[in-house]
Amino acid sequence: MTATSAPSASRAPRPFLDGARATIPLLPGTAPFGLIYGATAVSAHMPAWLAQVMSVIVFAGSAQFAVVLLVAGGASAVALVLTAATLNLRHLLYSASLGPGLREAPRGWRLLLSYVLVDEVYGVVVGKMLALPMRARLRYMLGSGLTLWVAWQVSTFIGIVVGAQIPAGWSLDFAATLTFIALLVPLLHDRATIGAALAAAVVAALAIGAPLRLGLALAALAGIVVGMLLDRRPRARATNDAAAPTPASAPTPAAEEG
Amino acid sequence: MALILSVVIIGALTYLMRAAFIVPSSLSLPPAVERALRFVPAAALTALVVPDLVGHNGALVLTLANPRLIAGVVALVVAWRTRRVAFTLIAGMAVFWLLSALLPHL
Repeated sequence: MTATSAPSASRAPRPFLDGARATIPLLPGTAPFGLIYGATAVSAHMPAWLAQVMSVIVFAGSAQFAVVLLVAGGASAVALVLTAATLNLRHLLYSASLGPGLREAPRGWRLLLSYVLVDEVYGVVVGKMLALPMRARLRYMLGSGLTLWVAWQVSTFIGIVVGAQIPAGWSLDFAATLTFIALLVPLLHDRATIGAALAAAVVAALAIGAPLRLGLALAALAGIVVGMLLDRRPRARATNDAAAPTPASAPTPAAEEG
Repeated sequence: MALILSVVIIGALTYLMRAAFIVPSSLSLPPAVERALRFVPAAALTALVVPDLVGHNGALVLTLANPRLIAGVVALVVAWRTRRVAFTLIAGMAVFWLLSALLPHL
């Protein structure tokens, strides 16, 4: 954000570069996830090429980690798809939040920018979007998205290469679980989210023997219901939204990941 | 093969969710759905992590002899105190490796 100010004032506006510059400070937080993802994926016996392809076609850290964790645990394809899709539901919020600002954009741009709408890019563009004219708005988001995309692909690749050298006895796939713990903790910022997590934890533990990893869906559902019940009071909502940037209903990006 | 297909489907679903309110020109999210979606990350991540910490071959193992559980609790405390992914990973893996070496059966 700061890169857009003083030095570029005399030059022609370069929204693509500005978007890229605003994203670079986030890369030290993103690249380690790419590294760990690549390394844990091969450690869970996923083919190296598929691990890289997943970074391209899914391009969402937590869903990719979930696939690795479930593959390591021998889960079914149905469980993989359901879990990853559930984790990625938050993108509906980002999409709904940015949608109005892109409504007038050409269809090709909307198709392209949807692909790069990941947590970090949402965080970078949400406060900036409406301040820019349409042409600059599109290029700014593309600059941010492509920067993050390249970082995610490169870090995945390095992770795969390094991970292939690590002995299986190290159980590196446990790092995927630990990564989720690190992603989860910052989300627990109020009564409602903590309640949601506790409810999900209890149900997940009780349903542990359930077939097809059905316990996962049940636990997530229980968490959502409990979270909504605890969130009833308007006071809790107000504190939630205070942290969010400009548009009234802007969700906070989930955590740093691709 | 099933894994490849799963990855393709996950990719397609993820794209559809990202494009849902950007590509069609007149759709918006009902407020109740939006409220529910706010709890998805916390609930889903917990639902994913807990079975890996407390389960072993489909059974609940809530004992001190479960290295994943102890390492997970340590990681949780470290994540909470430091907010650093690197510290969380290092502490969690260190405890896990140490306990696995001491208790080789789990």
